[in-house]
Amino acid sequence: MTQAPALETIGLGKSFGALEVTRDVHLSLAPGARHALIGPNGAGKTTLVNLMSGALTPARGQVLLGGRDVTALSQAGRVKQGLARTYQINQLFRDLSVLENVVISVSERLGASWNLWRRASARAEVIDEAVEILGQLQLDDHILTPVRELPYGRQRLVEIAMTLAQRPSVLLLDEPAAGVPSAESHIILDVIAALPDHIAVLIIEHDMDIVFRFAEAITVLVAGGILAEGTPDEIAGDERVRAVYLGQGGDV
Amino acid sequence: MTHQADIARRYMVARENWHWGEALPWLAIVAAFFVFPDYLALGTQIIIAIIFALSLDLILGYAGIITLGHAAYFGAGAYATGMLSAHLGWSEPISALLFGGLVGGALGLVTGWILLRYHGLTLLMLTLATAILLQEGANAAEDWTGGFDGLVGISFQPLLGSFEFDLWGKTYFCYAVAVLLLCFLFARAVVHSAFGRSLAGIKGNVERMHGVGTPVHGRLVAIYTISAAMAGLAGGLFAESNAYVTLDVLSFSRSGTVLIMLVLGGTGRLYGAFVGTVAYMVLEDELAKLSPEFWEFGIGLLLVVVVLFFRRGLLGALEDARARMGGLK
Amino acid sequence: MEQIARAAIAILFDGVAYGMLLFIMSVGLSITMGLMGFANLAHGAFAMAGGYVLVGLMVGIGVPFIPALVMAGVIVAVISIPFERYLYRPLYQADELDHVLLSIGLVFMATAAITFVYGPSTVSITVPDYLNGQIDLGIGLFPAYRTFTIAVGAVLILALWYGFEGTIIGAKIRAAVDNRRMAQSIGINVDRLFVIAFALGSGLAALGGGLAIEIIGMEPTFALTYLVFFLIVVAVGGLGSIRGAFVAALLLGLIDTAGKYLWPDGGAFFIYAVTVAILLIKPMGLFGKA
Repeated sequence: MTQAPALETIGLGKSFGALEVTRDVHLSLAPGARHALIGPNGAGKTTLVNLMSGALTPARGQVLLGGRDVTALSQAGRVKQGLARTYQINQLFRDLSVLENVVISVSERLGASWNLWRRASARAEVIDEAVEILGQLQLDDHILTPVRELPYGRQRLVEIAMTLAQRPSVLLLDEPAAGVPSAESHIILDVIAALPDHIAVLIIEHDMDIVFRFAEAITVLVAGGILAEGTPDEIAGDERVRAVYLGQGGDV
Repeated sequence: MTHQADIARRYMVARENWHWGEALPWLAIVAAFFVFPDYLALGTQIIIAIIFALSLDLILGYAGIITLGHAAYFGAGAYATGMLSAHLGWSEPISALLFGGLVGGALGLVTGWILLRYHGLTLLMLTLATAILLQEGANAAEDWTGGFDGLVGISFQPLLGSFEFDLWGKTYFCYAVAVLLLCFLFARAVVHSAFGRSLAGIKGNVERMHGVGTPVHGRLVAIYTISAAMAGLAGGLFAESNAYVTLDVLSFSRSGTVLIMLVLGGTGRLYGAFVGTVAYMVLEDELAKLSPEFWEFGIGLLLVVVVLFFRRGLLGALEDARARMGGLK
Repeated sequence: MEQIARAAIAILFDGVAYGMLLFIMSVGLSITMGLMGFANLAHGAFAMAGGYVLVGLMVGIGVPFIPALVMAGVIVAVISIPFERYLYRPLYQADELDHVLLSIGLVFMATAAITFVYGPSTVSITVPDYLNGQIDLGIGLFPAYRTFTIAVGAVLILALWYGFEGTIIGAKIRAAVDNRRMAQSIGINVDRLFVIAFALGSGLAALGGGLAIEIIGMEPTFALTYLVFFLIVVAVGGLGSIRGAFVAALLLGLIDTAGKYLWPDGGAFFIYAVTVAILLIKPMGLFGKA
C-alpha cells in the first residue's frame, strides 16, 4: 500500500460572483515533497492557498490531509491536523516581541492557551522551544525586539517561525521572499532549503531562481486552473508555459 | 540551558512580576479609608465603578472587543442580587453577590456566543441594542423589577453574620474593597496567563491567530463571560450598597460612562480602571457642584482632547512623560 | 369598525410623518458612515443644532418659518465643515472606539452649551397658520404640519435620488462608498468628497431637527435621546444606502407610533428586538453591501 499524500485537493473550485477563480484543481503533495506553484499574476494562487488552509470555503471539491477529508474543518482545525501556512503580507503581532510571537504559536500547539491561571512564563518548555526555533532561523539576536522594529526580511523569517512552531506536516509558503530586498533574500532561501525533510512544502514564488533551486515538482496555474505539472526540466521546456510567460513579458 | 533561553525566560518572567508602583493604588485606598471617613459612601461607589471598569478592560483593553452595552451585565447583576432579596427574602449578602456575578456571567456567555461572531459597527450596534433591549424588558416586566419606579425592599443581614452595615458605610467600603482585590488578582492572573497572551494575539492580528490554530470565537466568548461575571459582581455590590435598583443600571449612559472612565485612565493596563474612575468621579463630584453644564462640557472636552492627543489615557501620558524625562538625562 | 379604520389611518399617517422625519435626520449619517466609515455618534448634535438655530432665527430675529428652516440647514452645514476638517479627518484611519469617544465628547459639549444658552427645558416655535390645524387632502382631513413634513421628506428623497443617480458628484460618492481606494486611484478627490458629504449630511440633519420641534419636541438631551434611533435607521438600512435608510426610517416610524398606541409598555422592547433580529440575520443591514 502506498502512503497517502500529505496534502491532496480533489476537483477544488471557487467563484467570486461570475468570476471562477479556482477551477477543478487536482493537486497532490507526497510527504516531504518540495513543490512549487507558479503562474502569472491573478492566476488564483493565493486563493488556492486560502482554500487549502481553510481561510476560504470551496464551492466544489475536497481537501485531504494525510488521506483524511478536512474540507469541513475550520482553519484552526486544519492547523491542528498539521497544515500550516505563511502569508503573502506579514500577519504578525507587530507590537509584541519576536519571542512572544513565536511563544503564542507554540503555546497554542501545546494546548496551553486555554490555561487562565498559570502564568505564561511558567511553562519553560514553551519558551525554550520558541527560542530553539528562532535559533534555527538565525533570529537569536532579535528575540526581544518588537516585530515592527525588525527589517522586513527578518519579519518574513518570523512568519516562517510562527508556522514551524506548529510542527506542521504540510507547509504552505505564500511568496516567502515577497518584498524582501535582494540583498536579504538569500537568508530566506537558506532557511527554506534547510526545512526539515519530513515536511511537505508547497511554495508560491515569483522569483524563478528560488523556484528552480528549491522545487522538485512544479505546478503552473493559469486563470484558476492547472495548465501544466511536472519536474522543473519538463516545465522549463513546456511550450504552453513558455507562451503564458512570454505573453506576460516574463522569462522562465 | 542556552544563554538565549535564559534571556527569554527572564524577559517573560519580568513582564509578569509585580512592580513596586502597583502598591500605590492599594495604599491610596487604605489611606482614603482613614483620611476621608465622611466620604466612604462615595468611596464605595468609586470602588464599584472601578470593578466595572476593570471588567471592561478585560475585553476592551486585552481582547479588543468594543462594546456600547456593557451595562447589560452590570444591570443584570444588580437586578439579580436585588430581586433575590426583594422577592425571595434572601438576605445573606455574599451569596447574593455571587448570584449577581453568576447571572451576569450567564448572560455574557449567551449573548457573547451570539454577538462575538460580528465585528466593527455591526457589533457596536448589537451590543448597544442588546443592552437597551434588556432595559426595555426590565421596564416592561414591572412586577419583577419595579419598572420605572425601581426595585425596592432590598435588605441584607450583617456581613458574615457579625459586621453591621453601618450608617457611615465603613463595612460596605471594606467589603467592596475586598471584592475589588479579588477581582483584580483574578484579572491580573488571567491577563498574564497563556490564555491572556492569546487574547493579545487576537487583538493584534486575528488572521494570524486563525493561522496558528486558535479557536478565536471560543477564546473571545470565554473572556467576555469572565468580564460579564465581573460586571455582574459590580452590579450586585451596587444593589446591596444602595438597597435600590432602577432602570438606570442598564442604561446606555452607564455603558458610555464606564467606557469613558476606562479610556481616561488608559486601556489594557488594569490600573487604568483605577485612575480613570477616580479622576472621573472626583471631577464629577467637584465640578457638578459648580454647575452640571460645566461638568458635562468639561467631560466632553476632556474626551475630545484624550482621543486626539492622549489616546493612551492618563497612565499612558504619564509613561510618555517619564520616557521623555529619561531621554533628557 | 369605522373608528378602528380611522385610528388605523391616523397611526399610519403619524407613523409615516415620523418615519420621514427620522429619514431626514438620519440619511446624512448613513452616507457619512458608508463613505468614511466613521461611527459619528454626534450626528444628532447637528440635528439639535439645526433645531436651536431655527429657534434663534425665528424667536430672536423674527425670520419666517420656512426661510428659517432652510437657513438653519445651510448654517449648520457650513458650521460642520471645520468639524470635519479638524476633528473627524485625523481619525478616519483610527478604530471605531476613537470615533465613538470623540463623537460622544462632542455630544456632551453640545448638550452642555445648549443648556447653558437656552436652558434645560423644551423650546417651542410658532408655526405659520397654514401649517396649523387640519388640511383636506381629498380623502379626509389630515394634520397640516405632518403633511408638510411628509412632503418635505418626499421632495428630499427625490432630490437625493437625483443627486446620487444623476449627477457627477453623486456618482463619485457612490464610487467612493463602494471602494474608496479604487475611487482615489482613478483621480477622485476623496478629501473634498468627504467634506461635501459631511456638510450635506449635517445640513439635512439640521433641517430635520428644525422640523422635529413641532413633532417630537426639542430639548438639550435631544442628541442623545434620538441617537439610538438614528443608529438603528443606519444599521438596519445598511451603511451608505439611501433606499435602506428610507425603508428603515419608515419601518421604525410606523412601529414606534403603532407601539405607542397599541402596546405602550412593550412597544420599545419590540423595536429593539426587531433591530437585533435583523442585524443578526443581515449584519450589513437590509440594503447594505455584503
